[in-house]
Amino acid sequence: MDWQTFWLTFRLAALVAGVLAILGLPVAYWISFSRWRWKFIAEAVVALPIVLPPTVLGFYVLVALGPRSPLGRMWQGLTGHTLAFTFEGLVIGSLIYSLPFAVQPFAASFAGVDSRLMAASATLGASRLQTFFRVILPLSVPGLVTGVALSFAHTMGEFGVVLMVGGNIPGVTRTVSIDIYDKVQAVDYAAANQTALVLLLISFVVLSLVYGLNRRVWAVWPWK
Amino acid sequence: MKGAGRAMPPANSSLTVDIRKRFPGARAFEVELAFTAAPGITILFGPSGAGKTTLLDCIAGLVLPDSGRIAAGERTFFDHAQKIDVPPQRRRVGYVFQDLALFPHLTAEENIGYGLRRLDSRERRRRGGEILESFRIAHLRGRKPGEISGGERQRVALARALVTDPCLLLLDEPLAALDAATKSKIVADLRAWNDAHQIPVLYVTHSREEVFALGERVLVLESGRVVAQGTPHEMMTAPRQETVAQLAGFENVFDGTVASVHEDRGTMTCRIGETLELETPLVRAEVGTKLLVGIRAGDILLATIRPEGLSARNVIPGTLTAIAQRDMIVVATVDCGIEVEVHLTLAARDSLQLRPGSELWLVIKTHSCHLMVAPASRHHPAGEAPAAAP
Repeated sequence: MDWQTFWLTFRLAALVAGVLAILGLPVAYWISFSRWRWKFIAEAVVALPIVLPPTVLGFYVLVALGPRSPLGRMWQGLTGHTLAFTFEGLVIGSLIYSLPFAVQPFAASFAGVDSRLMAASATLGASRLQTFFRVILPLSVPGLVTGVALSFAHTMGEFGVVLMVGGNIPGVTRTVSIDIYDKVQAVDYAAANQTALVLLLISFVVLSLVYGLNRRVWAVWPWK
Repeated sequence: MKGAGRAMPPANSSLTVDIRKRFPGARAFEVELAFTAAPGITILFGPSGAGKTTLLDCIAGLVLPDSGRIAAGERTFFDHAQKIDVPPQRRRVGYVFQDLALFPHLTAEENIGYGLRRLDSRERRRRGGEILESFRIAHLRGRKPGEISGGERQRVALARALVTDPCLLLLDEPLAALDAATKSKIVADLRAWNDAHQIPVLYVTHSREEVFALGERVLVLESGRVVAQGTPHEMMTAPRQETVAQLAGFENVFDGTVASVHEDRGTMTCRIGETLELETPLVRAEVGTKLLVGIRAGDILLATIRPEGLSARNVIPGTLTAIAQRDMIVVATVDCGIEVEVHLTLAARDSLQLRPGSELWLVIKTHSCHLMVAPASRHHPAGEAPAAAP
């Protein structure tokens, strides 16, 4: 078994889930509470990665990261190499690809917080930011757990974007799903099956944890 | 609420409200309210949908009025003309919401300490402990709202609003869900607090008992407007408008005409329907004036034989048409030319052996007949209704 690939995939997924757990909060807050009339357009943009073929998304990310785009040139000026076909490029592509899987559960749980609690917080002198950290966030924990876990699991299993943006460089951009694809192409079904099974198990465990943690009756540990 | 701003409010810290707010849409609704509330408890009384909660939300800064002005003493909260709109977190208004809005993830003590974040933790614990003691909920400090009773939650919500030392207190039916015993204890606590801190308190309620127990002044709201104001006694015993009458608990409201005036005796005779004549208190009205007569169902006596030797001046024969039990009250409907609702106790029903068809006598004291403005002359402002003669 190629554990290097697993380790790389895990690092990528953990990094993406971690960054989205922070970046996703203000985006979700804005989506939940903004009264801007054109907000629905922003919501649609955030949701796009769910419906778009990963190759389409990957293609645009590749172009955007390439040496001809302003972002690509800036990165090249800073680091001396391009973003495309690097681990960093993979992280950026995955962030965009998994954004809705973090933002939508976040936004749903923020919107589910009783507006009278926020009003009470305001009349007690708390600023919007204080209300967010002291009322909204603690009451949105299930949504936060769901969002982080879904973006983690979703990044673990992504294929199209990685293929387009990352290529297939062992130890740098070769993730598990690409590894499986490679093995099938090489007619090594036994190895493909092994790797696929491990990925299946990991995804199952992650999702089970999410649903388990979000069960109120258990309050974190089933045997408590 | 920055350090210096915590000083006690100045002696004259009346609340002045003069606002308009339109809610467009299919159920369009307009609020247009102007009043002044002095320090002390002012009751807001009115049916649901009258705009009471909207008014409180505007004062707290949670809802933005379309125009007008809101000020507490020297501090202007909102002034449309001057483009002033102080955000809710800087108004220092204590607000107890109808559903309490306690933070479910925090303990009672943390809920109460929520508005004291700017104090250091020792001072916060001291003030929190003090108010926990004075509201007799110290033993609940470590429990969350989901783990305590309704009355205890109500106390925590009150304490949370009061501990911040607000310059204005808004209470939206804070005791609606409580039994009478718990209610009266909390009312006593609130009264004591109000005596110590002279700030304006707006208190929304549907309950007549609370109006009398707490209120120094009552504002009656209807369809987004103040339709009457005065002391609880004025509002409840001598209502001047039919809507107020119904709110004040008159089960019987009849159209009447002044038949004769007896200035020497301080009474009048009012004709109701074709045949019925009632002796009522004297008001400034001429023969032929149309009035409404309100009689509480509980103020009417029933007798199975014609009573004699009574001070009551109205003794009217009738027939019992229906009798029903509502909770612990028996509701009897008596036909005496007009239908009259009478309330009596279970024991009274049993001892009189009442059943539909029974021949009865109704006994109504002169001063149990309350006179109000008739619908035809309802364009009069509330204050200009016929006043009781001196």
